[in-house]
Amino acid sequence: MDNLLSIVTFIPAVAALILAIFLRGEDEAAQRNAKWVALIATVLTFVVSLFILFEFDPANTDFQFVEEREWLLGLKYRMGVDGISVLFVMLTTFIMPLTIAASWNVTRRVKEYMVAFLLLETLMLGVFMALDLVLFYLFFEGGLIPMFLIIGIWGGKERIYASFKFFLFTFLGSVLMLVAMVAMFADAGTTDIAALLKHEFASDSFSILGLPVVGGMQTLMFLAFFASFAVKIPMWPVHTWLPDAHVQAPTAGSVVLASIMLKMGAYGLLRFSLPMFPVASEVFTPLVLWMSAIAIVYTSLVALAQEDMKKLIAYSSVAHMGYVTMGIFAANQQGLDGAIFQMVSHGFVAGALFLCVGVIYDRMHTREIDAYGGLVNRMPAYALIFMFFTMANVGLPGTSGFVGEFLTLVGIFQVNTWVAAVAATGVILSASYALWLYRRVVFGDLIKESLKTITDMNRRERAIFAPLVVMTLLLGVYPRLVTDVTGPSVEALIAKVELAQSVAQAAHQVAETTH
Amino acid sequence: MQADLSVILPEIVISVFAVSALLAVAYSGKDKMAAMLLWLTAALFSLLALWIGMTGSGTQTAFGGMFNDDGFSRFAKVAILLSAAAVLVLGQDYMSRRGILRFEYPVLIALAVVGMMVMVSAGDLMVLYMGIELQSLSLYIVASLRRDSAKSTEAGLKYFVLGALSSGLLLYGASLTYGYAGTTLFSGILAAADGQAPVGLLIGLVFVISGLAFKISAVPFHMWTPDVYEGAPTPITAIFATAPKMAAIALFARVVHDAFGGVVGDWQQVLAALSLLSMFLGAVAAIGQTDIKRLMAYSSIAHMGYALMGLAAGTVFGVQAMLIYMAIYVTMNLGTFAFILSMERDGQPVTDIRSLNLYSKVQPGRALAMLILLFSLAGVPPLLGFFGKFYVLRAAYEGGLAWLAIAGVVASVIGAFYYLRIVFYMYFGEEGETLETGSSPVQWAFLMASAAIMLFGIINMFGVETMAQAAAATLVQ
Repeated sequence: MDNLLSIVTFIPAVAALILAIFLRGEDEAAQRNAKWVALIATVLTFVVSLFILFEFDPANTDFQFVEEREWLLGLKYRMGVDGISVLFVMLTTFIMPLTIAASWNVTRRVKEYMVAFLLLETLMLGVFMALDLVLFYLFFEGGLIPMFLIIGIWGGKERIYASFKFFLFTFLGSVLMLVAMVAMFADAGTTDIAALLKHEFASDSFSILGLPVVGGMQTLMFLAFFASFAVKIPMWPVHTWLPDAHVQAPTAGSVVLASIMLKMGAYGLLRFSLPMFPVASEVFTPLVLWMSAIAIVYTSLVALAQEDMKKLIAYSSVAHMGYVTMGIFAANQQGLDGAIFQMVSHGFVAGALFLCVGVIYDRMHTREIDAYGGLVNRMPAYALIFMFFTMANVGLPGTSGFVGEFLTLVGIFQVNTWVAAVAATGVILSASYALWLYRRVVFGDLIKESLKTITDMNRRERAIFAPLVVMTLLLGVYPRLVTDVTGPSVEALIAKVELAQSVAQAAHQVAETTH
Repeated sequence: MQADLSVILPEIVISVFAVSALLAVAYSGKDKMAAMLLWLTAALFSLLALWIGMTGSGTQTAFGGMFNDDGFSRFAKVAILLSAAAVLVLGQDYMSRRGILRFEYPVLIALAVVGMMVMVSAGDLMVLYMGIELQSLSLYIVASLRRDSAKSTEAGLKYFVLGALSSGLLLYGASLTYGYAGTTLFSGILAAADGQAPVGLLIGLVFVISGLAFKISAVPFHMWTPDVYEGAPTPITAIFATAPKMAAIALFARVVHDAFGGVVGDWQQVLAALSLLSMFLGAVAAIGQTDIKRLMAYSSIAHMGYALMGLAAGTVFGVQAMLIYMAIYVTMNLGTFAFILSMERDGQPVTDIRSLNLYSKVQPGRALAMLILLFSLAGVPPLLGFFGKFYVLRAAYEGGLAWLAIAGVVASVIGAFYYLRIVFYMYFGEEGETLETGSSPVQWAFLMASAAIMLFGIINMFGVETMAQAAAATLVQ
C-alpha cells in the first residue's frame, strides 16, 4: 500500500462528505445514522492506522511511508511519518472514536456536528504527516475552522466570545509563521521538510534599526514559528484563550483540544524549531525554560482557585504542557523522550478527565464544583474512574503521568538545576489541586437534593473509559512502548542539533579570534 | 491597416453588437427584449472569451504600438469577459423582478467591456484614457440605473464626480509624462525613463498612479467605493466588484511595467504604500459595517491592497501572483454576490447582515457554501483564498518587501474578524426572524460552483497558475 497515510488521513473526510451530501433530515433516524457513520468512519481510521504502527520500523530514523505528488507553485504533496510523529498519528486515531462515542447525547444539528469532527480528524492527522511546509500550514490552520464552529455552535453560554478569541488568537500567531515559511521557501528554494531539515539557515548576527539580532535569520524565523506554536501549546503568557475555549466547548470538543490540538504546537517545536533553527533555539533556551517553569507553577496556583471543573482541568493542561516545552528545550535524550511521553500520556489523561466532567455535566448540566459533593454514594464506578485519572494527572507511579514528568525533570536537571527545582514544585501543586477537586466533587455526604437521583455510568460511558484506563496503565508500567518507537528518531534529532550548535560556535570563535 | 483591424477584432465585434442592439431595440419592443438581449450579450462574451483564450497566440501590436495583443492582455480579457457574462446572468432574475431590467443595461455593459478590453491592451497613454473613459462613462450610468431611487442616483453622481476628478488627475499626469518623455507611447516612455527619470516624469508617474488607484479603489482614493457599492442595485455592485477591478489592475500592471519598467524602484514605494493603507483601512473600517454591500466594499478595498502587494514586488512572479490573486478574488466575489442577490424578505432585498440570524438552519446548503466563501475571503487555509495570499506574500518577500508581507498578514487577522462575524450570524444566532431566499437556480448554481472551486481548486487551480505565469512573462521582459 503506497498511499497508506493518505488513506488514513482522508477516510474521515470522505465520510464527512458522504454525510454532508447524502444525509437528509433532522429526525431521530437521521441523527442515529449520522452518529453511526461517524463512529464507523473513525473506528475504521483507527484500524487502518494500526497498519502504520505494525509496519513502522523504529530503527530507521528517516521518514517512512513517504508519498509524493507534484502540486502548485513547486510545492509538493508529501506525506510521511518518523518516530516522532507516528505516535501522534496513533493518538489521534485512537482518541477520535472515543470522542464520537462521548457525543452520543448531542441532539442539536447532529449531522453538522459529526461532519465538523470528521473534518477535524482529517486536518489533525494531516498536521502530523505533512512533509511539506505549506501542506503542514494548510492542515495546521485548517483545523481552526471546524473547531471555531464546534465551540461556536455547540458550546456553552459564553461560546461566541470564546470561539472568536480562540480563532483570532491562534490565527494571529500562525500568520507570522506563514511569513517565516515564505522566507524559508525563498532561502532554501524548497518547502520539503526533509530537505529543510538538512538545510542550514544563516545564523550570522546582524542588526535591524540598530538593534542587534543574535542568531540572525534563524532568530527571526524561530520567533515567528514560536509565536504560532506557543499560542497553540499554549505557553504562559499566551495561554488565556485556552480556559475560555475549554470551558465553552462541548465535552468532545474539549477532549479533542486537550488530547490532540495542544500537541500540534509541541509537535511543531520538535519538527521545526529545534532541528531547523538550532542556533536560535540555543539562544532562546533559557527564556523558554523559564516560561515553562512559570507556566507550571503559576497555572497550577490558578487552578487551585477555580470554581469551574473544566477551567481547573484546562489550567492543569497548561501546567502539564509546561513540562513538555521544558523537556523539548532541555534538548537531551531524557528530556525529549519525556516530552513526547508526556504528550501521549496527557492525551489520554486530560482527555479522560474532560470526559469525566462530561459524564456529570450530561446529568446535572453544571460544571460548578460547588454543585457537587458526595457522588461516591450514588456513583461508585464513576468515583473509581475519576480517582484513577486524577492520580494519573498527579503523576502517581504506575500511571503514565509519572513517567513523563519524571523523565522531563531528569532531562532538565542536567541542563538547568534552578528550573528543575521550580518545576518540581509543580508536582506537589498538581497533587493539591487535583486531589482537592476530587474531594469536593466525589467525597463528603450527599446532601444536595438534586444529586439524590443521579445515576452511575451506563455501559456506553464505561466502554469509552475502558481503553483509556488500559492505555494509561500500560504506558505507566511499560513505558518502552513509547520510548522504543521514539528513541532512535530522537537520538538522530539531538545529534543533528548538537552538531549544528557546535559548528556555529566554532564559526563564532573563529570570527572572534580574527577580529 | 487590415492587420491592425484584425488585432482589435474582438473589440470591434462587441462594439458593433452593442450599437446594432441599440438600434434594433430602439425600433422595436424596448424593455420586453431586455432579458433576451442580456442572455445574448452574455453568450457573446462567453464565446469571445473562448475564442480569445483558445486561438490567441504570440504578441501582436497594432497602430504603431498603441494597442497590444499579448498573453497578458488575453489573460485579462478572458477574465473580464467571463466575469462580465457571469454577472449579467447572475443579476437577470433580480433585475427583471424589480422592473429595472432596461434594455440599455446589457448594451452599456457591452460598451463598458469594450472599454476594459481596450484598457488592458493599451500601449499608449491616449488609448489608455479612451479605454478608461468608455468604461467609466458606461458604468456611471449603470450605477444610477434605478432612476427613482435617491440612493442609486446619489451613487451614480458620486461615482461620476469622483471619477471625473480621477480622470483629471490621470490626464494631468499623462500630460506631464508627455512633456518630459516627448511621446505618449509606452515604448517611448520606457526609453525615456530608463534607470534615471527626470523629476517631471516622476511627478507625471505619481499622478497617473493616483488616477489608476481611484479605479481600483486603493486607499487614499477609495472614498467613493462604500457609497457606490451600497447605493447601486446589487447586480450592478457585483459588476463593480469584479470585471472593472480586474481591468483596472491589469492596466495598472501594464503602465508600471510597460511604460515605467525602467524605474521600478521609484513606483515600488508608492505601490507599497497604497497596498499597506488599503489592507489596513479595508480591514479596520469593515468591522463596524452592518450592511453587507458596504462590508463587501471595504473587503474589496482590502483585497486590492493584497493584489497591489504582488504588483509592488516589481517582478514577473509579482505580476503572476497578482493575476492569480485577481482570478481567485473575482471567483469568490461572484459566489458572494450570488448569495447577496438571493437575500430577501417578503420579496424585498435585504442587505443587513443581522438578518442572517439562523440562516444555517433554514438553508443549510447555501449557508455552508457561504461559509466556505467567507473563510476563503479571509484567507484561511485550506481554501483557495489562502493560496492567493500565499502567492502575493511570496512575491512581496522575494521583491525585498518583507515588512509589507508582515503587515499584510497582520491586516488579514484583523480582516478575518468581520468575515467571522457573518459566520457568527449565520451559524451561532439563536433567535430572530429568518430570512427567505430567492429560489433562482442561477444564483444557487453560482454560489455552489464558486464554493466548490474554493474547496477543490487547491488541487491544481484548474491550470490558472501556468496561464498566469505565461501571461506575466509576456508583460515583464
